Amino acid sequence: MNKLLKIARGAFLWVDDRLHIAKIYESTAGHHVPQSAGSWFYVFGSATLLCFMIQLATGIMLAMVYVPSAAEAYTTLEYLTFQQQLGWFLRGVHFWGSNFMVGIMLLHMTQVFLFGAYKYPREITWLTGLALMVLTLGLAFTGQVMRFDEDAYWGLGIGAAIMGRVPFIGGQLVNMMLGGPIIASETLSRFFALHVFVLPGSVIALVSIHLRMVLTKGINEYPQPGMLVRKETYDKEYAAILKKEGVPFFPKAISKDLIAASIVIFGILACALIFGPKGPTGPPDPVQIDTLPRPDFFFLWIFAIAALMPDWMETPALLGGPVIIGIVLVALPFFNGTGEKSWRRRPVAVMTVILTYVALGLLTYLGHTSPWSPDMGAWKGADTPLEFIKGRSPLELQGLLVIQSMQCRNCHAIDGIGGHRGPDLSDVGMRLTHAQLVRQVVQGGGNMPAYGKNLTPAQVDAVVAYMVTLRPKGVTPARDSSQPGRPPME
Amino acid sequence: MNEEPKPCACEEKKPSRRDFMLWVGFALNGIAGAMIGIPLLGYVLSAFFKPNPLEWISLGPVDQFPEGQTRFASYENPNRREWDGETAHIPCWVRRIQANDFQVFAINCTHLGCPVRWFEESKLFMCPCHGGAFYQDGGHAAGPPPRGLYTYKLKVENDVLWIKGGVLPNLSNPNI
Repeated sequence: MNKLLKIARGAFLWVDDRLHIAKIYESTAGHHVPQSAGSWFYVFGSATLLCFMIQLATGIMLAMVYVPSAAEAYTTLEYLTFQQQLGWFLRGVHFWGSNFMVGIMLLHMTQVFLFGAYKYPREITWLTGLALMVLTLGLAFTGQVMRFDEDAYWGLGIGAAIMGRVPFIGGQLVNMMLGGPIIASETLSRFFALHVFVLPGSVIALVSIHLRMVLTKGINEYPQPGMLVRKETYDKEYAAILKKEGVPFFPKAISKDLIAASIVIFGILACALIFGPKGPTGPPDPVQIDTLPRPDFFFLWIFAIAALMPDWMETPALLGGPVIIGIVLVALPFFNGTGEKSWRRRPVAVMTVILTYVALGLLTYLGHTSPWSPDMGAWKGADTPLEFIKGRSPLELQGLLVIQSMQCRNCHAIDGIGGHRGPDLSDVGMRLTHAQLVRQVVQGGGNMPAYGKNLTPAQVDAVVAYMVTLRPKGVTPARDSSQPGRPPME
Repeated sequence: MNEEPKPCACEEKKPSRRDFMLWVGFALNGIAGAMIGIPLLGYVLSAFFKPNPLEWISLGPVDQFPEGQTRFASYENPNRREWDGETAHIPCWVRRIQANDFQVFAINCTHLGCPVRWFEESKLFMCPCHGGAFYQDGGHAAGPPPRGLYTYKLKVENDVLWIKGGVLPNLSNPNI
């Protein structure tokens, strides 16, 4: 037995002498970290990297079947989803992996921000992290195009329309993005090259720097309130912490990362198994205009902003917003590179995070429901509940028919049924007077088209007569307060 | 300052053979890099500098568009590639006001490029993305679009309707 051990030891020493495994271990996985960094809060970075590795593995598999050609991509997607053995599963893992990657990256960034880990001397770790965030979002957008269906086609159209707003060189930028003057085969090939070569390659390069910085400058210690970062003393303090409570990352501080990693993998697998891959929706045929283009989950908030902003603000915000956010994020470790690290004493940081999450969450929810989009089929399909028909005169019923046939319900709901672009008409008779209703219908305004040219006076009469009746029981119609003596018109 | 005495000051001033070789190496690689890099950039940026290839395209005989109505039409991208598949079919809206008086609108909403749909009854184009609406003459009616619908240049020759197309219209390039 002893002899065997001796041989094994000898063999290991021989290999180590040639490969320097022990030295490599000491300077990488075995590097010392503060014991406090072995925390549940420190698992998000490795989890994001894990997602990326899953994306690499599944992406390579998908690329073995997928054909990046505008003519074939959709067919190969259908083949992948319905015929290729386990193709649906790999597509599901790749799709959910991207969702997890974006989400966990956001958590990682939040944790780094709240724990002051971007402060001296880890500025470059933060900057490479920002670049990785941009690349990850780039991967998410280009990946959405790989799923070359109607959403991908019109998503490219939205991207081109935003590019087209750039002053002076907008037109050229659109051509650059699309690989030509129109969305076609070169667009897909271009996005394919970005998605499978350029962006993943850049991620690998930047992750190398990102991790190198973790080794060079050390992982952030778990911040304690009152422990201020000073450029003059921090390096010595960090060295002292390492000396006092430093442990090798592997195997002493990695356990929570490992558990988190398995949870992430289980999560991705569960989503892929339960919900499956996304789409493809209809084919990328521009002639099929009966479509409801929506971006993937992580870009819904931008979609919502585009709907909700005042018109004049749109171009500056779409083009300038990312620049301003970028400048603030890049400058952060330089104007806020020292001082308090703990979030317990950084109320502005905490508020920033809460506001960002609330805003992103609300915008995503709104983007998901998109109440500003007309319900294109409502004029054909939306019911009118009985109480909105009962007891109406022939003229008023005629008005209801006009409302239905003139597509009013695409934007206006009655009793919640129909579009939500404009106000629900269920109680409009209580809010607007007869004269105001006529004016609104004929002249439009406040985001409503003018119908004066498309309705006959008789039709306007009927519509308004009906709308005056739309009010809760026992409530009189709205009346003109400037003429108190006049009885309300019924 | 305690400067250490240089072993030999002469070495600093006279460029040695080794230094010369280093600079030659840098220079050669600079030239070689440019010889690879410039064509690479030219290849990638060609889309940036190429002028837009607009061409006259027939939408067919004018008879198929009744007077006073707006009809859906589509044409094949004149610059299509063999492998474009369905993306080569470009839709548009044709409004025949009367006789040879036409308007042809791009399908793309001027807000963010989604496909607008025509509603004959209310004489409106509506966009499914952010609720932009346009009148039958393409004018802005409601919603976030910053301008009316993009219109194609057109001509009628021998009772055939022609439009000039092949480009995705956008705010920087509205004259398709």
